[in-house]
Amino acid sequence: MKFPSYTTPREKLWHYTYRIFCGLVLFFLVAPLIVVIPLSFNNSVFLQFAPEMKFFSFETWSFNFDGYGTRWYKELFGICSANSGTTVCTDRWMIGFKNSAIIAIFATFFASVLGTLAALGLSNRHMPFNRLIMALMISPMIVPLIITAAGMFFFFAKVNLVATLPGLIIAHTILGIPFVVITVTASLSGFDNNLLRAASSLGGTPLRNFFKVQAPLIAPGVIAGGLFAFITSFDEVVIVLFVGGPDQYTLPRQMWSGIRNEISPTILAAATILVIFSIVLLSTLEMLRRRSEKIRGITPH
Amino acid sequence: MSDTSITNSQEPLLTNDGVPLKESLRKSLRRTKIRSFLLILAPLSFLLFMFVTPIGSLLSRSIDDIQINNVFPQTFAQYEQWEDKSQLPSEEMFAAVINDIRVTIKIKDSEGNLIGKNLLGRSGTRMTYEYSGWKSLISKTVKEALKVDKKSKEDVKPFKWEAPYKEKMIKRDKRWAKVEFWQSLGAMKDPYTMGYYLNAVDLKYDANKNIVQKEEYLKIYNTIWVRTLKVSLMVTLFCLLLAYPVAYLLATLPMRTSNLLMICVLMPFWTSLLVRIVAWMIMLQQNGVVNDTLINILPCFEGMVNLPFFGATNIDLCFSDEDRIPMMYNFTGTIIVMTQVLLPFMILPIYSVMKGIPPSYMKAAQNLGATPTWAFIRVYMPQSVPGIGAGCILVFIVAIGYYITPELVGGKDGIMIGNFVAREMQRTLNWGLAAAMGAILLAAVLILYWAYDRLIGLDNLKMG
Repeated sequence: MKFPSYTTPREKLWHYTYRIFCGLVLFFLVAPLIVVIPLSFNNSVFLQFAPEMKFFSFETWSFNFDGYGTRWYKELFGICSANSGTTVCTDRWMIGFKNSAIIAIFATFFASVLGTLAALGLSNRHMPFNRLIMALMISPMIVPLIITAAGMFFFFAKVNLVATLPGLIIAHTILGIPFVVITVTASLSGFDNNLLRAASSLGGTPLRNFFKVQAPLIAPGVIAGGLFAFITSFDEVVIVLFVGGPDQYTLPRQMWSGIRNEISPTILAAATILVIFSIVLLSTLEMLRRRSEKIRGITPH
Repeated sequence: MSDTSITNSQEPLLTNDGVPLKESLRKSLRRTKIRSFLLILAPLSFLLFMFVTPIGSLLSRSIDDIQINNVFPQTFAQYEQWEDKSQLPSEEMFAAVINDIRVTIKIKDSEGNLIGKNLLGRSGTRMTYEYSGWKSLISKTVKEALKVDKKSKEDVKPFKWEAPYKEKMIKRDKRWAKVEFWQSLGAMKDPYTMGYYLNAVDLKYDANKNIVQKEEYLKIYNTIWVRTLKVSLMVTLFCLLLAYPVAYLLATLPMRTSNLLMICVLMPFWTSLLVRIVAWMIMLQQNGVVNDTLINILPCFEGMVNLPFFGATNIDLCFSDEDRIPMMYNFTGTIIVMTQVLLPFMILPIYSVMKGIPPSYMKAAQNLGATPTWAFIRVYMPQSVPGIGAGCILVFIVAIGYYITPELVGGKDGIMIGNFVAREMQRTLNWGLAAAMGAILLAAVLILYWAYDRLIGLDNLKMG
């Protein structure tokens, strides 16, 4: 770091203090996620760093990885030897993963379609009650989950949707819609309506114009919103607890009961995979953002 | 000039088809409105049916008191005529209770199953909310009132109990002689009640239907409301204190570096909430990383020291095993975890507002003689206020309805109102109370939501 020559020592001190403070805050944000990863490879049944997990010994100046292994990953994938010890071997994690994926994929699809339709309709400034409908569309994100879950529990019981896959998909679709509405609205706000006019003056039908001209431009918004919807559904537990049946395991639900009852390091293995998963999603989103900026000719900031 | 010809001409402007332009424009506007409406129709009706209706029907439970009125109509009719409410009611009212029970027990549902017992049980539960003891009293009385005389030779065997009932009932259970039970009926006689709302804020109706404070030992919810507010405010404040400097750093650093640091902010945002909670458990538990680290890195000194004035003193400056700080399953844990979880919600809006503040303003202010600090306070900070507002409202809204985090890391003194809603829903099954608490919570959230829309605008709600 180079300071101008007139910088006083006090300013330098202040500058470094400030940087260190920011560094600590960023550390505070990511530290817990990093801690999970090495712990998921431990061999003991405890959720803490055991003495044997010190892989580097200063006394003998040597590495020792005896405390590490993939035991909990095997358990996560349902591959466990008969003598695996204290915890019960279960394939619930895998069932949960499958259920979560099915629910999230369907919910994402429906949320993307419905959210995009809503955003397209709401982009018309002359629409009456525009603002109110927009607020309504975003409200599932704002209303406390516990209230949504409680309401849906009673309602779904009436229409026989409790403990069914469609019920969970519908509920998660609702939670996903706001994200799609927000991202698509944002990408529509940069959309030049003259493009559509030009297209129709060249003889395009409205539908063709939409798919050929508008859709490619709002696609990054739709995909970004869809990703948010997916991650929301994939991570959702409250509604599953209320509306889902007792044997409808999802990944978050399995983690929930893991945290509450039989706390085992299998959770850490699952968590590590989810952390990696979120890194992949985040990079996808970043790529999309850059692409959308390139298409629209906006230089990054 | 075409302009002058337009203003001069008396006839309205026509389009190619000979329709007045105004008319044609209006038509086209209407067409776009209809198209937009059709686009919105599907998502809107889906949301109205699957989201608004369920919440509406949940909220209607918070005032609904019709069930008990259907079960005990005669009793409530008698209650209206009961004059001196400090004295026990007359025989008619006792008889009304028995009659109501005998009528209700014959009620069938649409499939012809007898549901009377169920209805009476639910009424008993409802009555217990007003005065504890009702439930067992009702079920006891139901049993007694329905006993038939088996020795009777008639086809329809008569009930063992016959009028007058007053003495028999009191003899069977002394609680019938307690006027408080009868008085508590007053709170239930209307088909709509505010009772659940009162209960949710530790109030109740007294015998004359005045709103009074609950007894001290029955008060639970006010502390929870206060705590919910306290947690939300503290989390918002901590988030602001941590987020503002970071947002400023991200907004002023060169693009490449700030993008890299931005990943640190977005990473937790994208990671499963449950994963983050597990991570914090490992960090904060008694044998967790934080406590272990404190033990390992803090200098340890223990022993006798000969101090001036004090003489030989035993000094223990060690952070040892018994000093481990409890940070999980309590209030502290809730605050720490929620702050980390919600921090991105604060950083991102502040960052996006700061991004739009031209750096030249600060330079101009300094050029005009302000010190950097003064320029920051007078020039930069006021411009970042919209971001602060957006972040604070957002964090507060999300925090106030939090359920998962307090449930898993809150222990006893960290749980919030959301957890009580869940508890009433799932364990005590007092759905009216759950609905009332939910309604109050929802009202608070919606007011803040409205304020957000007014102050910042929903269009500025951005993700990531």
